[in-house]
Amino acid sequence: MLSIQGVHTFYGQIEALKGVDIEVQEGEIVTLIGANGAGKSTLLMTVCGNPRAASGRIYFDDQDITGLPTHDIIHRGVAQAPEGRRIFPRMTVIENLRMGALSTEDAYFDDDVASVFNLFPLLHERRNQRGGTLSGGEQQMLAIGRALMSRPKLLLLDEPSLGLAPMIVKQLFAVIKEINEQQGVTIFLVEQNAYHALRLAHRGYVMATGEVIMAGTGADLLANPRIHAAYLEGGHQGA
Amino acid sequence: MAYFTQQLINGLTLGSIYGLIAIGYTMVYGIIGMINFAHGEIYMLGAFIAIITFLLLGLAGVTFVPLVLLLVLILSMAFTAVYGWTLERMAYRPLRGAPRLAPLISAIGMSIFLQNYVQILQGARVKPIQPVLTGGMVLTQTEGFAVTLSYLQLIIIVLTVVLMVAFSLLIGKTKLGRAQRACEQDRAMAALVGVNVDKTIALTFVMGASLAAVAGVMVTLYWGVIDFFIGFLAGLKAFTAAVLGGIGSLPGAMLGGLLIGLIEAFWSSYFSVEYKDVASFSILVLVLIFMPYGLLGRPEIEKV
Repeated sequence: MLSIQGVHTFYGQIEALKGVDIEVQEGEIVTLIGANGAGKSTLLMTVCGNPRAASGRIYFDDQDITGLPTHDIIHRGVAQAPEGRRIFPRMTVIENLRMGALSTEDAYFDDDVASVFNLFPLLHERRNQRGGTLSGGEQQMLAIGRALMSRPKLLLLDEPSLGLAPMIVKQLFAVIKEINEQQGVTIFLVEQNAYHALRLAHRGYVMATGEVIMAGTGADLLANPRIHAAYLEGGHQGA
Repeated sequence: MAYFTQQLINGLTLGSIYGLIAIGYTMVYGIIGMINFAHGEIYMLGAFIAIITFLLLGLAGVTFVPLVLLLVLILSMAFTAVYGWTLERMAYRPLRGAPRLAPLISAIGMSIFLQNYVQILQGARVKPIQPVLTGGMVLTQTEGFAVTLSYLQLIIIVLTVVLMVAFSLLIGKTKLGRAQRACEQDRAMAALVGVNVDKTIALTFVMGASLAAVAGVMVTLYWGVIDFFIGFLAGLKAFTAAVLGGIGSLPGAMLGGLLIGLIEAFWSSYFSVEYKDVASFSILVLVLIFMPYGLLGRPEIEKV
């Protein structure tokens, strides 16, 4: 469904991605883990065309989307809950969800809102509150809900667990699983919370300084001693 | 009291015109954080297109006044919108992502260019026009002083109210309006939900330009003379109005416009005409000292 082939991305002179290859099959949850600054968020944003890949190709649904403008890529069925949540602060919860539904038919709106509220009942209570006044966890739920409103084929999640209490993180990962299993949405999940992410995902990739250094099934990576040392026990890794 | 009422009417009329122009400043600022200093020139172009259309319609023998007004408004808005779109496309879009000063300088350049362009094409002398719409209604008559509301003033005020309501609905309720607000709040995120940011910004310029065109048409009718330089002071006043009301806020722009119009009208009639501009700019200074974000503006605090 998503095929990233040899992608390089630059911020000015800095090479943030140094030839990344990643495949995501339809129906999968694939996770990408790695330390701060590894290029995980850059990769998600490159998939969405901002910044554009300097070289390499990105295919979505067998079509080349490299170099397309962001809104065009979104209209093809990609949605992202980006780093930092990026809720529209002066729009209400409902209006934020309506923004998410921009690329679908208006007729779906009521059903889709109901299904988002079903996943996140808290948002229903807050529906007329402005996005900027929500707590971090609520904003994260809204960011995911907003992304779902476009009925995406592929959902890109950028560190949904960041800054959330362990209890909320657990609930959130349960919801991500539900979205994948019940609604059949393919999920590409970027996380630093490697333990939860690898347990949830079918497959995983490990990234360091702009390159994929390891790949495998979630269970294999969890069992891998290097992963354990680097990402699961608070240890540090040079690369 | 009668004199006061008359000045109130005059002030509201003038204020409506400033308000219509101010909306263009405030919308563009809201969405790309830039002051479009060429916006006053867009208004001036609207006035010139209006005067040309009036003359052409006159030559063609169209004399039914409501029809003439309607045609002039539509044509003037359409042509001015094209100017607004072109301006954005040529002078601002290539500078997107450049330091903030660059589009500002570009805007000043476009302003000078458009003034000279009209001066060369149309000449530097003032252009008069025959009164198209005359007459009015006497509201009250006391002590030999009649308070009149001319039909033109009525049209200006009513048209402004109608446009304001229509615009508020457009921004608040439509897909385009939501896309504009999304771009204003977080442009990168707006693109991530599928908003075509470039198109939305271009449409913002088109909308602002067509409102300025309405102001241009109205001023042509109201004053009866225009020249290539009217955009400068009107633009400055409307910009003042937008800042006074709180730049980025639509109701603020309208409120600021009305206030500037009223201040000018009252100052000219009770104190001195010469210092009316000083009065409105002084009020701006005072408001900004005590309310730096303007009357209806919002401090730039972002919760992250």
